[in-house]
Amino acid sequence: MECVFGLVGKGFAIVAADTSAVHSILLHKNNEDKIMLLDSHKLVAASGEPGDRVQFTEYVQKNVSLYKFRNGIPLTTAAAANFTRGELATALRKNPYSVNILMAGYDEESGASLYYIDYIATLHKVDKGAFGYGSYFSLSTMDRHYREDMSVEEAIELVDKCILEIRSRLVVAPPNFVIKIVDKDGARDYAWRQSVQDVTTAAV
Amino acid sequence: LVIQIFEYNGSAVVAMVGKNCFAIASDRRLGVQLQTIATDFKRISKIHDHLFIGLSGLATDVQTLYQRLVFRHKLYQLREERDMKPETFASLVSAILYEKRFGPYLCQPVIAGFGEDDKPFICTMDSIGAKELAKDFVVSGTASESLYPVKPCTNQIWFEIQKASYKKCNEAEELFETISQALLSSVDRDCLSGWGGHVYVVTPNEIKERILKGRMD
Repeated sequence: MECVFGLVGKGFAIVAADTSAVHSILLHKNNEDKIMLLDSHKLVAASGEPGDRVQFTEYVQKNVSLYKFRNGIPLTTAAAANFTRGELATALRKNPYSVNILMAGYDEESGASLYYIDYIATLHKVDKGAFGYGSYFSLSTMDRHYREDMSVEEAIELVDKCILEIRSRLVVAPPNFVIKIVDKDGARDYAWRQSVQDVTTAAV
Repeated sequence: LVIQIFEYNGSAVVAMVGKNCFAIASDRRLGVQLQTIATDFKRISKIHDHLFIGLSGLATDVQTLYQRLVFRHKLYQLREERDMKPETFASLVSAILYEKRFGPYLCQPVIAGFGEDDKPFICTMDSIGAKELAKDFVVSGTASESLYPVKPCTNQIWFEIQKASYKKCNEAEELFETISQALLSSVDRDCLSGWGGHVYVVTPNEIKERILKGRMD
């Protein structure tokens, strides 16, 4: 099951997601990137039905870009989160999306923030959040070790603790994770944590 | 596995009338069934200085409904150049809820405010807008009978605690004590609500907002 979690540190926010694309008992691929760059200073880590996940996050990404083109300034993280919630809420009683989202962003005025948006459009600003079966382990680990204003090194240590917990305690633990960070310098890949790598064979 | 939709997020809201004052309180837990997501969720919102609404039930509908109500109240303010009376606001909420009679917002609102001559007014309604006016206190939130949409949401234990602790003619400070004790002892018997309390005690001249620390579990 898909594991997504994230936390806010001093002037940055980190999100981590597993990278397995699963269909029933088959693992299609183990390097599926589920964290999308919404714009230069926003990340969206999404989990849920694969079709909905890609479609909905791309829809949000394009609308966020459209706002920037039309108005000349980018949306704040709070505004983007509320827009996302609005779209999910409107679709909820018509054609619901099964996508859970953790939106991390950095704004000049308000610093780093993390928004928890679940598939029935519940929006809440949080310091730490998680979705999926992995959340039972990662939330508890973060509750134990999280402090306000952690440095990047301390936060990565905590993320690694969570990944270790998920790997050792979840029966269908995903093998690989991707970690992305957003701070004043923008949103970018931080690291991959891989325990199983794709094997490429020579063409016959 | 059947999920009880009114008990999905967990919530508790109560409002009480005192002497020339009223108080409205809620718990702070936001959960997803057995898991707690946040312990600082706001269920009570100010519509204007003399009108508060607390919404219990499904969190997504709490947020949607709150946005719709603020919108309608702002329009009212622009047209009428004054704030809405709580009785009028209650009728508005009732109408908006009944609009969705066959696909309702899964919330139970609690409305508290000052009416004509600063007379305290409280009421609650079920998820399809059936108003329940009361002179003393109203409650809503996670309860065993929550599946039945027409009946107002009341927890039997909570009801008894309210009756036992409520005394008429409470002054603001006494009212704060009464409503806080009632909220905390009620949520302590309900696993889906709690993690502290948020209490607003409102007199005609000031609004006192306080956070309660209860059993954090």
